[in-house]
Amino acid sequence: MSTKFTKILATSIAAAALTATLAGCGKGSSSSTTEGPKEITMWTHAAGNPAELAATQSIVDSYNKSSGAKAQIKVQAFPQESYNDSVVGAASAGNLPCIVDIDGPNVPNWAWAQYLTPLKLSADLSKNLPSTVAKWQGETYAVGYGDVALSMFARKSDLAAAGVRVATIEKPWTKDEFQDALTKLKALGKWDYPLDMGTAGTGEWLPYAYSPFLQSFGGDLIDRKDYQSADGSLNGDKAVEWAKWFRGLADQGFMATKSGKDSTQDFLNNKSGLLYTGSWAGDKTREALGDDLAVMPTVDLGKGPKIGGASWQWGVTSGCNNTDAAMDYLSYSLKPENVASVIKATGGIPATDEAAALIPAFAEGGANRVFMEFSRNYAVMRPETPAYPFIATEFGKATQDILAGADPQGALDKATKAIDANIKSNGGYQK
Amino acid sequence: MTLSPLPTRPPEAVAAAAKQNTGPARRRRPRPGFIREQLSGWGMITPAAVLLLLFVFLPAILGFGLAFTNARLVSPRPVEFVGTDNFARLFTDPTFWRALLNVTYFAVVVVPVQSALALAMALLINKKFRGVNFFRTIYFLPVVTSMVVVSLLWMFMYRREGLINELLSTFSFGLIQGADWLNDPATAMPAIIALSIWQAAGFHMIIWLAGLQSISGELYEAAQLDGASRWHQFRYVTWPGLKHTRSLVLVTITIQALGLFDQVSVMTQGGPLDSTTTIIYEAVRSGFKQQETSYASAISLVFFVLVLLVSAVQRYLTREKD
Repeated sequence: MSTKFTKILATSIAAAALTATLAGCGKGSSSSTTEGPKEITMWTHAAGNPAELAATQSIVDSYNKSSGAKAQIKVQAFPQESYNDSVVGAASAGNLPCIVDIDGPNVPNWAWAQYLTPLKLSADLSKNLPSTVAKWQGETYAVGYGDVALSMFARKSDLAAAGVRVATIEKPWTKDEFQDALTKLKALGKWDYPLDMGTAGTGEWLPYAYSPFLQSFGGDLIDRKDYQSADGSLNGDKAVEWAKWFRGLADQGFMATKSGKDSTQDFLNNKSGLLYTGSWAGDKTREALGDDLAVMPTVDLGKGPKIGGASWQWGVTSGCNNTDAAMDYLSYSLKPENVASVIKATGGIPATDEAAALIPAFAEGGANRVFMEFSRNYAVMRPETPAYPFIATEFGKATQDILAGADPQGALDKATKAIDANIKSNGGYQK
Repeated sequence: MTLSPLPTRPPEAVAAAAKQNTGPARRRRPRPGFIREQLSGWGMITPAAVLLLLFVFLPAILGFGLAFTNARLVSPRPVEFVGTDNFARLFTDPTFWRALLNVTYFAVVVVPVQSALALAMALLINKKFRGVNFFRTIYFLPVVTSMVVVSLLWMFMYRREGLINELLSTFSFGLIQGADWLNDPATAMPAIIALSIWQAAGFHMIIWLAGLQSISGELYEAAQLDGASRWHQFRYVTWPGLKHTRSLVLVTITIQALGLFDQVSVMTQGGPLDSTTTIIYEAVRSGFKQQETSYASAISLVFFVLVLLVSAVQRYLTREKD
């Protein structure tokens, strides 16, 4: 009896102790982010992409071995889906590492929240693609190795059969030409839908892919004069015109209101004639179609073709106790050969001409050079305001609702109202 | 009162005095093993109590508090008390009312259908024959499969060219062309309801089964001797015997139905046109995607009150009447 009792008591105490230990973990005792001045930690979202992670790791290794290294960098990789949550969680626990990577449009939000400190790099950023340098209120908070570009893919043979010209940077399709091209492609009767806009996409894809069309019509996600209101930009005449046009593509049977999960694969399997997606699909489609592939700019709906700017970028956190070393590492990592090695692994567009020269596909005359031109000519930054994450969800929902048949004016008014209320309740997101 | 011939209990003062008398005596000479039992009881409660406090009560209390502030997930601004602003906003938000309506619709269909189906399944397998364990496993299988996985699989089945539409078309010889189930405001919620009933029926089948097996076999023998038909046996033996199980199943299904989230998050994200959005989905969307912690807390608080009300009403309706 007495031994039994002792056993029970011991087990209970052990369990209680275990619970207390588990609870204690949240209180900053985690060893993963304890960093001395001689060792600093770097977080990346690339855990799901071994090639990108390996490229990043090799830059870190070469920096750590270099004689000028001001600290040893330690890489910690997260899966992309949980990356943002991890950063927000670490920030509220005061446990952020020194260097983080950030999805470009989130930079102002994190800068406003004082997660990030302005960059002071020895590297020259003036020659970078503008969309690879993230600024907020006049200061640079993050820099990326590259960008991606939205474009239209088609088979040259299909376009020829339909009697549609190949769009070029010099002469992109106009709204009428696009309508005409879709009508002719549909008449071929080859596909259920001639166009695939990736309408099954969710999350950041929605504002990234569809707000450029809105901007090409002359609307925008917010009035960029002072970033205080979306009224008139997101629900004005131009925006309603965009919404009706977009919904019209589905009504006329040009595209599905919900496409397949993998639109690139659908295109390659001949389920669609025209594919609207990012430059990341370039290598795969070229490999499959060879010379038959036409890579075209997106449509000019009035104000010229537009595409979203900014991809993943690097920043330094404000709580870092060795900012010097972090800045030094970032400057080092921006050397052309380093940028080129990461870009090769991720399939992006290199941030500088020097890096591009080291990658055959992006060098003068290379197959992917055209994406660099798209980025240089058409990229529009997603609004550089801390309100962006909120704007993105509201715009994404409005777009989905419009596709599902909601009244365009009503859906856009609702989003505008929510965005304006959010900005107001946050004191205008001032510094 | 003074005339009362047979006082059934001692007057209060006397009772208190009696207690005081026996109190110290008990303390001096406790029942053998009493302290030991007390200690081990508290010892056994401790781990669960600590966990509950830490991960249920503390967050719940914090959540209640946050609902009256302007706290945000990411913000450099200090948290301020804003009174009932969040609730005022919530009750004027059409999406919230739509979510409430959706959840009610879901519960009203799922609770009776799922519990009836689960009971039917339990009756079918509450027999002794070869292979009964095989069928029990088959019916229970969807329960142990993660809802996320189930949702992903059904998403493929529900597509326009998916399995369900193929079957419809094949068996109707091409007469019926199925809908785009999850992408049509009219069919999205029914599609989610069908999937949810299928997934969780097995779980409640097990509860029903436990209830069925607690009914004494002698009652059935007696009923058979009296010449009761199968229906009468069910009506007058099984159904009354399942009284407690019934209220348990009802309460758990209702609360689960109100908390609808996984399926919506994976399959429709509340769309199309808010036809599948739910209270929890709105809370997660506001709290994590839109970073409005306080608004999400207000939604959760309303959800809490709702669950409390529903279970209180159900407890009242299914209370012991004797």
